[in-house]
Amino acid sequence: MKSITLAVNGTERKLDVEPRTLLVHALRDELRLTGTNIGCDSSSCGACTVLVDGQSAKACTMFAVQAEGTSITTIEGISGAEGAGLHPMQQAFHEHHALQCGYCTPGMVMAAISLVEEYPELDDRGVRHGLEGNLCRCTGYQNIVNAVLACAGAKEEQS
Amino acid sequence: MNTTMTETEEAATTSYTHIGKARLRREDPALLTGEARFIDDLTLPAELWLGIVRSTEAHAKILGVDGRAALEIEGVSEVLSGADLAPLWGESALPCAWPVTDDMANPPHLPVATSVAKYVGDAVAVVLATSRYAAADGAAAVLVDYEQLPAVTDIESALATDAPLVHESLGTNKSYTWPLIPNPEAVDEAFANAAHTISERYVQQRLIPAPMEPRGVLASPGVANGELTLYSATQVPHILKVMTAVTLGIPEHKIRVVAPSVGGGFGCKLNVYAEEILCSALAMDRGVPVRWTEGRSEAATATIQGRGQVQHIELAADTDGKVTAVRVKLLADMGAYLQLVTPGVPLLGGFLYHGCYDIPNYSFECTSVFTNKTPTDAYRGAGRPEATYAIERAMDSLAIAVGVTPEEIRSRNFIAADAFPYESSAGLVFDSGDYQTVLDKAVAMANLDTVRTEQTKRRADKSNKLLGIGFSSYVEMCGLAPSRVLASLNYGAGGWEAATVRVLPTAKVQVITGSTPHGQGHETSWSMIVADKLGIDPDDIEVLHSDTAISPTGLDTYGSRSLSVGGTAVFMATDKVLDKARLIAAHQLEANEGDLEYVDGSFNVKGTPTAAVPFAAIAFAAFTAHDLPDGMEPNLEAHVTYDPPNFTFPNGTHIAIVEVDTQTGDVAIVDYVAVDDCGNQINPLIVEGQIHGGVLQGAAQALYEDAVYSEDGQIVTVNLGDYLVPSAAEAPTYRLASHVTPSPTNPMGVKGVGEAGTIAAAPAVINAVVDALRPLGVTDMAMPASPQTVWNTINNVNNEAPGGAS
Repeated sequence: MKSITLAVNGTERKLDVEPRTLLVHALRDELRLTGTNIGCDSSSCGACTVLVDGQSAKACTMFAVQAEGTSITTIEGISGAEGAGLHPMQQAFHEHHALQCGYCTPGMVMAAISLVEEYPELDDRGVRHGLEGNLCRCTGYQNIVNAVLACAGAKEEQS
Repeated sequence: MNTTMTETEEAATTSYTHIGKARLRREDPALLTGEARFIDDLTLPAELWLGIVRSTEAHAKILGVDGRAALEIEGVSEVLSGADLAPLWGESALPCAWPVTDDMANPPHLPVATSVAKYVGDAVAVVLATSRYAAADGAAAVLVDYEQLPAVTDIESALATDAPLVHESLGTNKSYTWPLIPNPEAVDEAFANAAHTISERYVQQRLIPAPMEPRGVLASPGVANGELTLYSATQVPHILKVMTAVTLGIPEHKIRVVAPSVGGGFGCKLNVYAEEILCSALAMDRGVPVRWTEGRSEAATATIQGRGQVQHIELAADTDGKVTAVRVKLLADMGAYLQLVTPGVPLLGGFLYHGCYDIPNYSFECTSVFTNKTPTDAYRGAGRPEATYAIERAMDSLAIAVGVTPEEIRSRNFIAADAFPYESSAGLVFDSGDYQTVLDKAVAMANLDTVRTEQTKRRADKSNKLLGIGFSSYVEMCGLAPSRVLASLNYGAGGWEAATVRVLPTAKVQVITGSTPHGQGHETSWSMIVADKLGIDPDDIEVLHSDTAISPTGLDTYGSRSLSVGGTAVFMATDKVLDKARLIAAHQLEANEGDLEYVDGSFNVKGTPTAAVPFAAIAFAAFTAHDLPDGMEPNLEAHVTYDPPNFTFPNGTHIAIVEVDTQTGDVAIVDYVAVDDCGNQINPLIVEGQIHGGVLQGAAQALYEDAVYSEDGQIVTVNLGDYLVPSAAEAPTYRLASHVTPSPTNPMGVKGVGEAGTIAAAPAVINAVVDALRPLGVTDMAMPASPQTVWNTINNVNNEAPGGAS
């Protein structure tokens, strides 16, 4: 076992993990942050996407020990505290019916937040290629693309 | 007929506040914030993890299971072979609920094989461990000694006399032959007199359903009272409860099944799986919770696959291209065992090989065979995508033979709008439709003139980016199903659905549905239905489901049945509540109930709106019971079990425009138009979403997805790197429209939409690819039309042509 310290959703956490423990399992099984889902075992689906120091990463591609000293944001950490409302990306997904079963959604939302942050001037193609690493089996993606574009557009207007 | 429909359509949209208008889903917030609980999110004290050792061989004798190394691993407590486990279920086998013929071969299917493994992924041993990782380590460390046996993997050679046998004791690989040939002589005569005949062979490749959430189970025993609580990522908690009772001999009233949030199903969670029985049996025997979470690679073989058919379809037509007969011989791959509804899946398409055409003579025969592969079972559309593919591809071939456009051949053969209710030659009665109007709408939306001009230009320019236009007009049978019809098909259950509407003392409402959502938004839609009927706010209505302790009766979600059967039950139960409320109101107003009207949530005597009894007052009166009519029970709730009198028949026309790169074989869908008639719509937002996702799943069969096996039965496409579930980068933009012909089968006039997109899309896309390449001599294209397949097809045609580079 190895002791690690990391910030998760703004709170410092200390964990004892096996060196091989994946970050996603540490988040889910140790910290019980089960909003981050697991959809594959080959880093293909993106359901486990979180932000590591502000950049999207598939939490199954990192060992927990690699997250030592980082700041992790999960889906539980983006909406306002005490029910103060959804993050604008979550709100856009809701308004555009960009989710059905909702299993890919936390990872998709985290990936989309990171994408919009990195590329503020996105178009349809840009969103589609930017989210290529996140699979959804329900929506056919059109409403996801629309939601991300709407959120990006709203952000542009504000800035 | 059309006038009536228009009036009904107007009534449906004008008299309701919520029904027919897009409403955002109440399911979303919990899913968007990560609060929703899926199966792997649940945890119980002292739980043990189950790890499953799966056969690495397609067909092999199990000579020995050695668990010594596994037991050395910290946290692994037990290693159990199939023989060790057999006493837990005795002779009981995993259930197949659909013995389609009396002589169907259905060999026993044990949760863990004891002597012979029959497909890669067949469970041969299990480990119990204290953690997720220890269970995986333990399963990997178990040594199994196999003696390889020859495997049968190709369904067309499975019936050869020298074929290896999947089940030695049967003496054959055949499971059953099921014919539907109402009038064989008439079919023969039609073919004898035909001006045009078409004869085609199509292959429906095996598909991996791949909902984003793999399966999972958590079984919790109640030792003191012999109870079992079974949590499972299932579409069918009610069916699972009955089948667990039957399979393990646990009294049914002691079993509670809960489906938590379920991350998609698409048919593959419509089953009773070995892992559900394993976890339940071990939990009850050991007295501790036992759980299992499927890995994605594990799912490739442990969860059922879809399709897996070879289709021979023949059409007979007169000189104008009017089809006079259709004859289909189908060969269907069951895999190694029959799962819950495996044998019935091809037959769900067996009634629909005439498509949406008025074809007077019908002949269908399905022969189903065992192979050393994962069992097949229901996958989105289940039989109907296959049938639609065959008839729609063959209709395009007929159009070429007759020398007319694809839209013209369809128009010449459509069931006419004034022919409904229409009795088909396969024996179904179609409810309603206007197929020509639907096609006309699609043609107009697709800008066909412009596309065809560009198509011609590129052909003339010898462009290597050729355009193709593909049509698919479909009709499906949904709303499974009238129980008596299911009886005639030997199905082991009914097709009804249950609903309870319960008004609470404070006039809030609980709706309990037996239909089990896993992404379809039932909570939102059902609340809209009840809110409109009761004249209250949808947010004052809670919809409860997916837990047999809360919703004890139901038949769950599959076959696009939720709205037309489950929603109708909710609709009818609300009517019963209103009927009782009316009696209470009449009593309080000292009026004749026939003189009352219910307006904006209040009863009043017609013409006297000032003396009104609001719904809330009736709810409270039913609770206090201080002043109810004599003999009335003090409650305001109603339960309905609705058995539909007929199927429903959603239909539509989809048009795909593709661009094929003849140098690389790459296919891009550049436009996709879908016009669908799913009857009246409750929530158009959800309808749109279902079609989007459905279309992509159908298009994915056409272009990307294929469960590839080697000749010796090893699966090659085990993960999402090899099995190509499309991403946003591959997905087209969909342009949708609807046409509404309300179904007369149910009071809301709804038909269902869960499978429509998938049923329509594959033939539209492949017809477009073939259309693009026809000038090069291509007349057929195998699925999936991968760049390699397309490139090879183009070049093989060129090599075969006289003067070609051979």
